[in-house]
Amino acid sequence: MQILAQILFVIALVAGIGFFARNIKRVIRNIKLGREIDRSDRSNERFAKMARVAMGQSKMVKRPFAGFLHIIVYVGFIIINIEVLEIIIDGIFGTHRIFSFLGGFYNVLIFSFEILAFLVLVGVIIFWTRRNISHIQRFLARELKGWPKNDANYILYFEMVLMILFLTMNAADYQLQLNGADHYASEAGIMGSFPISQYLLPWMEGLSNSTLIFIERIAWWLHILGILFFLNYLYYSKHLHIILAFPNVYLSKLNPMGELNNLESVKKEVELMMDPNADPFAAPAEGEEDEEPEKFGASDIFDLNQVQLLNAYTCTECGRCTSECPANQTGKKLSPRKIMMDTRDRVEEVGEIINKNGKFEDDGKKLLDDYILREELWACTTCNACVEACPVGIDPLSIIVDMRRYLVMEESAAPNELAIAMTNIENNGAPWPYNQMDRLNWAQEK
Amino acid sequence: MAEALKVPTMAEYMAEGKKPEVLFWVGCAGSFDDRAKKITKAFVKLLHEAGVDFAVLGTEESCTGDPAKRAGNEFLFQMQAATNIEVLNGYEIKKVVTACPHCFNTLKNEYPALGGNYEVMHHTQFLKTLLNEGKLKVEGGKFKGKRITFHDPCYLGRANGEYEAPRDLLRKLEVELVEMRKCKKNGLCCGAGGGQMFKEPEPGNKDVNIERTEQALETESEIIAAGCPFCNTMMTDGVKNKEKEDSVAVMDVAELIAEAEDL
Repeated sequence: MQILAQILFVIALVAGIGFFARNIKRVIRNIKLGREIDRSDRSNERFAKMARVAMGQSKMVKRPFAGFLHIIVYVGFIIINIEVLEIIIDGIFGTHRIFSFLGGFYNVLIFSFEILAFLVLVGVIIFWTRRNISHIQRFLARELKGWPKNDANYILYFEMVLMILFLTMNAADYQLQLNGADHYASEAGIMGSFPISQYLLPWMEGLSNSTLIFIERIAWWLHILGILFFLNYLYYSKHLHIILAFPNVYLSKLNPMGELNNLESVKKEVELMMDPNADPFAAPAEGEEDEEPEKFGASDIFDLNQVQLLNAYTCTECGRCTSECPANQTGKKLSPRKIMMDTRDRVEEVGEIINKNGKFEDDGKKLLDDYILREELWACTTCNACVEACPVGIDPLSIIVDMRRYLVMEESAAPNELAIAMTNIENNGAPWPYNQMDRLNWAQEK
Repeated sequence: MAEALKVPTMAEYMAEGKKPEVLFWVGCAGSFDDRAKKITKAFVKLLHEAGVDFAVLGTEESCTGDPAKRAGNEFLFQMQAATNIEVLNGYEIKKVVTACPHCFNTLKNEYPALGGNYEVMHHTQFLKTLLNEGKLKVEGGKFKGKRITFHDPCYLGRANGEYEAPRDLLRKLEVELVEMRKCKKNGLCCGAGGGQMFKEPEPGNKDVNIERTEQALETESEIIAAGCPFCNTMMTDGVKNKEKEDSVAVMDVAELIAEAEDL
């Protein structure tokens, strides 16, 4: 019986981790659909930023209440993973509370797990009320209708159930130890310290040892199976940030926020145009005849870079970007969060096609128009509020600018007034129709 | 009464075989916009007051390409950058100061990769160094004790992390500096960036500059200080929209200093 449980456990563990590995491979494959970008520089600065922003949660606490609750859940998640390690070892080898040889330190561990589990439970319940009862604007946006709202709630339910299972398991275990049950009780006395689950004892006291063992085992199994399920739910949900936040912050932009990249493809063209010795009728160089000219800007996910696609997978849809966005605050359609969600949805759609056919076949759709509307793109003031607001270093602005580049340089589809301003710049060196020769007139005006 | 300002050009300096200490990059708004021209002149007065050896490009200056770049026209931007860099490098410019955060950001961050390497300063940063070096004296004057709030331009603040230089200058004026609830890193845009200055906004329920003006008016300041000609226009429009133009002025930091010193 025991060996059967161990075998079942190993099967569940291997299947759970194996399926997760398959999904992670898909994420990596999908991110690689984007253009390459070199962020291998300044690794010390990058590590420091990752330590500060991702590990240290420095940007989360800009909103103190949500930030504080998030830190509890984050710390709880990390610390309670030590308990998961014990559960895994116990499961494989059929042991019980293998770490209990640590004695007093083990009591400290279990004590802190219990406190954290309780705090996480409270935190998650508050999160749930914030999403479902309090009228917090960023959780009511149109892009959160339907699946994204349900997804967020499922994650919260999951965490609630996992914490309740953990505490129930401990309560039953504690009672079994008090009863002196075989396999549970130790001659050394009570193993573990149960500051929270002790309050569940009134429900356990009258129960027989076999019922208690049943409760303990069920809670133990559901807890670990729940964790394995949750691990695999990540890929299908917005919750990948618990892993991707770290590489995402590491790879985020270190240069001043105001700096936009200079397109290399354009640089070549401009150099050629400015070069008085360039031959306008020159045939393409040997070997370059068949090269398609590089596309300017982005109309689909293939034109975005890999960091931008990683950004999309990392986004956990908290909406801090959107709530800081001046366009969104004044009722425009633009929502930086939606830009990220759309990008991910499109990457996933492309990924599904590749899963089915082995390679991408044109499905007649693209990120522009089928997901992100032109009206959204043109509402942006490039103020960087969204970039500043993101707790995990996502840059929605870079996607907006790349898509504007496509609209302007590939489709000549700038809004009319902007097109006029650009023509002015081209003709007379200012966005307004003033003669460049009048540029110093102000000095003579009284 | 006012005489025309003395504004030397690079060409004149070149003709005399001299080089100025710093180039004042005026920018399109500073050259052509009636409101922004006043800021330009105020800044020039301060430069003269501090005895700064400066020149402008005059008719050789052209748009940095910032609005084109942010509207998606990378091609036009790089064309503008290439011609400007040719002019700037031709004059062997080392140091540039500008009163426009958009020009500042572009010259400082986006020109180097295209061959234009200069030390670029926003005029508030430059004025602060003049003050520190004792070349410019700023004391209370007529704004002493007045309630003033500073609106962070996105391209000076968030984009380049400069929040203190303009505030330090205001403190020197001994004003009562009050902050809006959204300021510094969390400052709200005036609504002009990214090419928005040159187009009608997308449909919504409010204009961004109205939202920002409301935040500024909440502080009950007599003056909204700005450090960008575009912010200045947007906030001025916002104040007019709220019919507060008689009680609330929108002024550039350089104008405040020049006026305090009766220049």
